[in-house]
Amino acid sequence: MQRLGALLRRSQGDAVLAPQLLRTYATTQMTIRDALNSAMDEEMARDETVFVMGEEVAEYQGAYKITRGLLQKYGPKRVRDTPITEAGFTGIGVGAAFQGLRPIVEFMTFNFSMQAMDQIINSAAKHHYMSSGAITCPIVFRGANGAAAGVAAQHSQCFAAWYSSVPGLKVLAPYDAEDTRGLLKASIRDPDPVVFLENEILYGESFPVDQAVLDKDFVLPIGKAKVMRSGTDVTLIGFGKMVGYNLKAAELLEQEGISCEVVNLRSLKPLDREGIAQSIRKTHRVVSVEEGWPQCGIGSEIVSIAVEECFDDLDAPPERVTGAEVPMPYAANLEAAALPTTDHILAAVKRVMGK
Amino acid sequence: MLAAVSSHAAGAARQALGGSLTLAAAGLQRRGLAASAVTVEGDTLTVEVNPYKVHRIEAPPTTVTATKDELMSYFKQLYRLRRMEISADMLYKAKAIRGFCHLYDGQEAVIVGLEAALEKSDSIITSYRNHATHVARGGTVAEVIGELMGRTTGASKGKGGSMHMYRREANFFGGQGIVGAQVPLGAGLALAHQYSDTGGVAVAMYGDGAANQGQIFESFNMAALWDLPCIFVCENNHYGMGTAEWRAAKSPAFYTRGDYMPGMKVDGMDVLAVRQAFAYAKKYAVANGPIVLEMDTYRYHGHSMSDPGSTYRTRDEISSIRQQRDPVEHVRKLLLDNGLVEASVIKGIEKDTKKEIDAAIEASKAAPFPDMKELWTNIYAAPLGMQLRGIDSTHVETLAA
Repeated sequence: MQRLGALLRRSQGDAVLAPQLLRTYATTQMTIRDALNSAMDEEMARDETVFVMGEEVAEYQGAYKITRGLLQKYGPKRVRDTPITEAGFTGIGVGAAFQGLRPIVEFMTFNFSMQAMDQIINSAAKHHYMSSGAITCPIVFRGANGAAAGVAAQHSQCFAAWYSSVPGLKVLAPYDAEDTRGLLKASIRDPDPVVFLENEILYGESFPVDQAVLDKDFVLPIGKAKVMRSGTDVTLIGFGKMVGYNLKAAELLEQEGISCEVVNLRSLKPLDREGIAQSIRKTHRVVSVEEGWPQCGIGSEIVSIAVEECFDDLDAPPERVTGAEVPMPYAANLEAAALPTTDHILAAVKRVMGK
Repeated sequence: MLAAVSSHAAGAARQALGGSLTLAAAGLQRRGLAASAVTVEGDTLTVEVNPYKVHRIEAPPTTVTATKDELMSYFKQLYRLRRMEISADMLYKAKAIRGFCHLYDGQEAVIVGLEAALEKSDSIITSYRNHATHVARGGTVAEVIGELMGRTTGASKGKGGSMHMYRREANFFGGQGIVGAQVPLGAGLALAHQYSDTGGVAVAMYGDGAANQGQIFESFNMAALWDLPCIFVCENNHYGMGTAEWRAAKSPAFYTRGDYMPGMKVDGMDVLAVRQAFAYAKKYAVANGPIVLEMDTYRYHGHSMSDPGSTYRTRDEISSIRQQRDPVEHVRKLLLDNGLVEASVIKGIEKDTKKEIDAAIEASKAAPFPDMKELWTNIYAAPLGMQLRGIDSTHVETLAA
């Protein structure tokens, strides 16, 4: 393991070497950054029509170093730096997709995607329908979504609820390295426009991945949630970073004799309605956890599923843990108070358990 | 959509604008079609078109040749497009067409000239004023009328409507409802042509109303940075809805708005001038990168069927353009006045075209509306068997696998 660590450290920046090293060793750790990088690298090697565009993706090696090494490997035609003009370059990506290429458009953060919202919704999402199937748009919009640390109100918004409400888009939100590799590769291969919501805080975090995940054809199904941890007393539902919080809360609650089932949504559109309902019917209690705002958030939809489809199986009203309904403040104490913590999840579980 | 304007307000507006309207009208009228300097040799006609105004590029020659067969095919198409739009007007007033309906009559020479110069392997994207574009790209009048009437025989099987017609096999990407959004899309089509080394171009068409949009300048910038084979075309019909170009644009010299990009202003009412410009622009774009064409054109109808089109411009202006610069009349005159064809042949074409349009209308009226199940089709290319909600909790639609 020490030798692997040393080799991996020396291989940093080499988009080819790192996965090769990882494949050589039986149990491996992979950061989200490397999961994203290796997924894009493999898909670009597999299909010549796949290309990456966005701010700083090429020569800077990526604002968050996600596209490190790709320019060196594939050249400037396929790894393309754009000016800081989201509306224009998103439209260009969509047009290229209409004409048969497979662009990966990186938004430095999804906050900037608001400038390109019309192209994502009216151009990418709706064309297949308006044209009765004549036009397809095999594009992936990816980038950091939601709260970071200390970046304040205009750089901290979660866009999961807005994008996942649109028919015509697919919206994915990975948690760990396995999710990230499998879902990004599936997104790139998918013929529809996909919004791929990452989390900047998780980019440097490592997760164990087994051999199967490292395979160059490893894909995960779009539209299926994953039960990360089986349980019987309450269902904890979340996506992205909150899955980690839910897992932590489940560990702590186990010590208090409460058995939590942790569901990792993975896919926000389509939402795995059946998978969610199945878990709620099994445990009879549900707590939804997200960082975004409460009104019309993902939690609102989870609660709707619980009430509309699982009413007779509920032993308690559903609970939502969300970000506070405020623009994100800058001061560290206020920022912390605006976002969910494991304590909030513990308290919500105890409330639904009637404790 | 132009909000209802009281006749009093309209009168007042016309008085206030009277000075500038007359001036503008004079400007639009001054350039009649260059019907002089025509020579005929056998079946070939040589004519001088109106001069091009250029920006950072040499103008193409204004001497253009066309054969009788070419002119005949242009006339047929121009006449067909004209009659089609007039019939759409009639159908809209009869309430057979719902929603928005933006007509192209007056502007036909732009699309016919474009198609005369380019290939179906070149890509086009345009605004919501796209009925003629669909036909020019190889579609049928019946597909347009069927779509306007929301039938399954329509270009988009009834699911798009007036603004959303497409012909993927002919690289026609619509049909776009959001003003200006089609321009970055067009630059993206050009990027794909360059990426795949097709040797072709993409044409991104927009109006004088759209020409001030920020995303258009973003597209210009990237197209020029990356030398994309993109022809940006401003169809300047001088009015963005009810707002004249000089009230919306600090610089209405749209062919210069590409700044560092070359540009050309073209007599958009003359199919031969347009054809010449597009042939020249394609050669330029393939070799060098993007170029802007401004088509000096005119729409007889208002912005849409909700707009009478006469509150912000004078009826004199409209009728004088019709008398002096009509694109259909121009080609008819070239054919008849130069003895290239008998009047009876022209009459025959007109008669056949009217029959074609009438048949398209009858067929569309008889065609079915989409089946209810089409509400749920083509949302995704790969629906993955997902479940979407209907109107209430009793309806969950499971899509195909």
